[in-house]
Parts: sequence; structure tokens; C-alpha cells
Amino acid sequence: MNPFNYQRATSPEEALHAVSARGAKFLGGGTNLVDLMRYDVEHPTTLIDVTHLSFTQIANTGNITVIGAGVRNSDLANHETIRTNYPLLSQALLSGASPQLRNMATTGGNLLQRTRCSYFMDTTFPAFNKRVPGSGCAAIKGLNRNHAILGASNDCIATNPSDMNVALAALSATIHVTGPKGKRAIPITDFHRLPGDTPQLDTNLKPDELITAVELPAPKFAKHSYYLKVRDRQSYAFALVSVAAGLEMDGNTIRSAGLALGGVAHKPWRSLDAEKSLVGATAGPDAFKRAATLAVSGAEPREHNAFKVELAKQSIVRALTLAAQGVQA
Amino acid sequence: MSSQRCTDIEDQEDQLEDTLSDQPTSPTDIELSRRTFVKAAGILGAAVATGIPHLAAAEEAQAAAATTPQMLSVTLKVNGTAHALSLDTRTSLLDALREHLALTGSKKGCDHGQCGACTVLVDGRRVNSCLTLAVMANGAEITTIEGLAKGDELHPVQAAFLEHDGFQCGYCTPGQICSAVALLNEHKHNTLSTVSFETGHTTHPELTDNEIRERMSGNICRCGAYPNIVAAVRAVAKGASA
Repeated sequence: MNPFNYQRATSPEEALHAVSARGAKFLGGGTNLVDLMRYDVEHPTTLIDVTHLSFTQIANTGNITVIGAGVRNSDLANHETIRTNYPLLSQALLSGASPQLRNMATTGGNLLQRTRCSYFMDTTFPAFNKRVPGSGCAAIKGLNRNHAILGASNDCIATNPSDMNVALAALSATIHVTGPKGKRAIPITDFHRLPGDTPQLDTNLKPDELITAVELPAPKFAKHSYYLKVRDRQSYAFALVSVAAGLEMDGNTIRSAGLALGGVAHKPWRSLDAEKSLVGATAGPDAFKRAATLAVSGAEPREHNAFKVELAKQSIVRALTLAAQGVQA
Repeated sequence: MSSQRCTDIEDQEDQLEDTLSDQPTSPTDIELSRRTFVKAAGILGAAVATGIPHLAAAEEAQAAAATTPQMLSVTLKVNGTAHALSLDTRTSLLDALREHLALTGSKKGCDHGQCGACTVLVDGRRVNSCLTLAVMANGAEITTIEGLAKGDELHPVQAAFLEHDGFQCGYCTPGQICSAVALLNEHKHNTLSTVSFETGHTTHPELTDNEIRERMSGNICRCGAYPNIVAAVRAVAKGASA
């Protein structure tokens, strides 16, 4: 690990000033960044610890819930408001990582979690566009079982590994950030980006911007939601495919739907077409299969991950079925 | 550019000689000197290796070499005792405990937050001490396996691991026990797991074996003592609720 300077920011202004130094990075729980520093993938010159800022509250304003960027994953998952109004988010968070890591990881940090592509994490592979732009993508012709089937490019087929992000996409969250040019709000679907020809950029956040909060709109899916995570192990593994499904029901008729996939793309893959197809439909296999087909339309599997297309479709049907059944007593 | 690099390398050689001329006086000094030597040798090697080819790589090497190790004063309150240390910012909490405070109960397994052997409690919460920088834990209350027993009286979880034979080689055991202690406390505070959602028990879920397995999934045991670990946790949980 390269040497670095460490400082604790006591105010957002101080944090923003400090991050303007060359090579400086914000530090949340450290579960991803410190790990990548130890793998020699990340080489920050300065770490600015932002976990002592005041962004550690979960506040309700009317029907809107605002989650501070410093709230730890375990606290967020178990917060009464989240459990009651956004169980989809609780379930997604609790299906990720381990209890120890969830105690450390922050909301803001989880949004910026980097890919688990093994060619990214192992620096002995020289070709990796996320590490060295222009060097190529070793995964396209390599072992790509865990890689993207949707929205990828010829420069990158990495996936976003977060579970939280998938739930936030289905819940239409908004990310609040602050920077030298002031504050701005970014819808979750515009926060992460597709790789295109600049896969070194995971998100549209500027390097000098700090995430302050995540805003959730009025809850619609509190009674009918499910986060289904399909993986090689029952626990403590990243998703091959995951589905965040939320339904707003009127009897057996769907009034509105939120549907996003994890493990399949460079960003949480929300399908507005699939969501629209569900509105007004009767909950059941026909509507769910139609939505599943729409959600994976345009999929371009690689040599080892063609199974993900069918897995995603089946998982969507199952997640929507479980969501429609509703909260069990 | 290249003369600048030569100067850098000469500086590093001077530093290397300084390092080598240090006379170790205690085990801790020996450790530090060895580490400093390895680090200095590494920087020197990197600078030589990147001497010619790519401008970008050379700049990268310079940027890396531009940052010298930063030592910070850190106070770690471990098992009720405050320790003032001067630590390289890169020091993990695990290394601070093991190498600087000689508390070798917490184990280094993967050093990447994947195995749980390094699990300790920070302000009562279980964390991976290998991914926690010691500077991040400055001022926090840390409990390690060494701090669980009260004198000769074992913590109930320690006693249960003995009673139920919850280990073979024992390497993961300190992490398993710290994790189980936190698990029981979390359960008292009505936390959920992903199993709670799968079974539909999302209010005050019982600690079934599946719940225990899921909640202990951050601790890997290569000997496969899992059935006995679950039995130990189950026994303490039942005892606590009786």
C-alpha cells in the first residue's frame, strides 16, 4: 500500500477543500477503498475521512425520507422507517456483504462501490480500461461468467456489485451532492453510468463532489416488495443476478411498479418499459413474464454468461410473484 | 526530468542506509525496521523499474514517491486501557493490535475483509479490523478476544465454544467468538437478517439455526466446525432468553 496522508473532515467545506488536492479521496467505511488500496488498485495521496460529518441521520419530511450519506448499512437496514416503509431497501442491504462489513460501510460509500471484475482487482492483468484507460478489456475474451449482459460496450463489460443501488433504483431515489459549484440532486438512474468508451468513470459524480444524502420519495411499495438475490453461495457472495421488485396494488391490479436488476450491467438496471407494462395489469404469470422479457430485451451475453439472460427472466418472475404475495405475518 | 529522478533515487538510497543503520532495541523496533526496509527497497525498485518507458507510468511513480509515510498520534482504547501510539497511517487496526500492542488473539486470515478472523468490536459493533485503518479507530472503544473474559471467568460465548467444541485448529475462533458476542447483542436489539425476510419473520425473529448461520456468515472456518459453532451460539441464545 502506498503512503497516504489521513485527515478527519469536521465540516463539508473542509472536506471539499481537502479533496481538491491532487490524488485526494474521501474515505467512508473503507470496506472497498482500503481493500483496493491493499490490492494496489487505488493509490490515493490523501484520505479524507468523512464519517465524522453530521450526515448520520435518517429524517422524515412529510412522506419523504432523507438518509444521511454517513449512515452505516446495518443501521439503515434496521431503521424503523426503512423497515416499515421501504422494506425492499432493508432486504437488499441485508443480502449484501457480511454483518461486519455492513457495520462499517456507509450509504455514500456503497453508492461508489467499484466493480468486482477480477481483471480490475488483479493488477497483474495489464489490460483493464478502468485502471488504465485505453489498455483494453481482458474480460471480453477472458472469463466473463460474472460480467454484464446489458448496456456493456466493447471497452468494458464490468458490473456494478451493489445490492443497495438496485433497490434505490427501483425506489426512484435521488442522490444529493455538494461541490465547489454548489449543491445538486441526481436521480439514481443518472448517478451511475454505462461504460461507453470511458469505463474508468463509474458514476457522474465529479471527483470534487461529496455525497451528502439519499432521498426516497413517498413509499409506494411498502406492502408488496421483494429483493431476490441469486448467487453461487447462499450467503456472503455477490449476485449473479438480483432483482428489486416493488408493486403498488389495488386488489389484484397493479397500479405502479418499480423493477431493477443487479449483477447484469455497469449500473443498476432499471427497466422503465417493464415497469410500464405492469401498470394496470393483473398480477400473475402472464404480466410478470411479459415484464421479464422486456427487462432483458437487448441483452448481449458473452462467452460464459449467456445463462444470465434466462436466470434474470426467471428471477424477475419469481421476485414479482413474491412481491405480489405481500408481506407475510 | 531524469536528473530529478536520479536525485530522488539518491535520496531514497540515503534513506535506505539510514534505515539499515538503525539499531533495533526491542522486538517492536525490529518489526518497524524490517518493514521500513522492505518499503524503502520497494520504492527504490519501483523507481528504477519505471526509469525509462512510459511517461504516464513515470509520472505515476513520481506521484507515488511524492507521498512520504505520515505518522499520526493515535489513542486506542483497547479492553478498557488507553494506549497512545504513533502509527503510519497505513497501519490497520488489526496490525496495531497485533504488532504494536502485542494482542495477538485477533487473527490475520485474508487481510481483505473476507474471512472474519480479524473480527473485533469497535464501540460495541463487530467490524473487520483488517479493513479498519487504526487512525479511523482513534478514540474508539475496542474490545478484542482478550477483553471478553472477566479474569478467570470466561465469557458465556467462550464457555459455549468449549462446551460444544466449536473449533478444530482454532485460528478463526477469536473472530467467531467476537462475532457471536455481537450477534447476540444485535438480536437483543431486534435486528433483522436476509433470512428474516425469506421466512417472513420481520418482527422479532427467533434465532433459528438458519438465522444463526446467516448472521455468522462473515466468519469462515476452514476446518468446517460450523455445526458446533451454530450449537454454541444457539446454546447461549437459549440461555439468554430463558
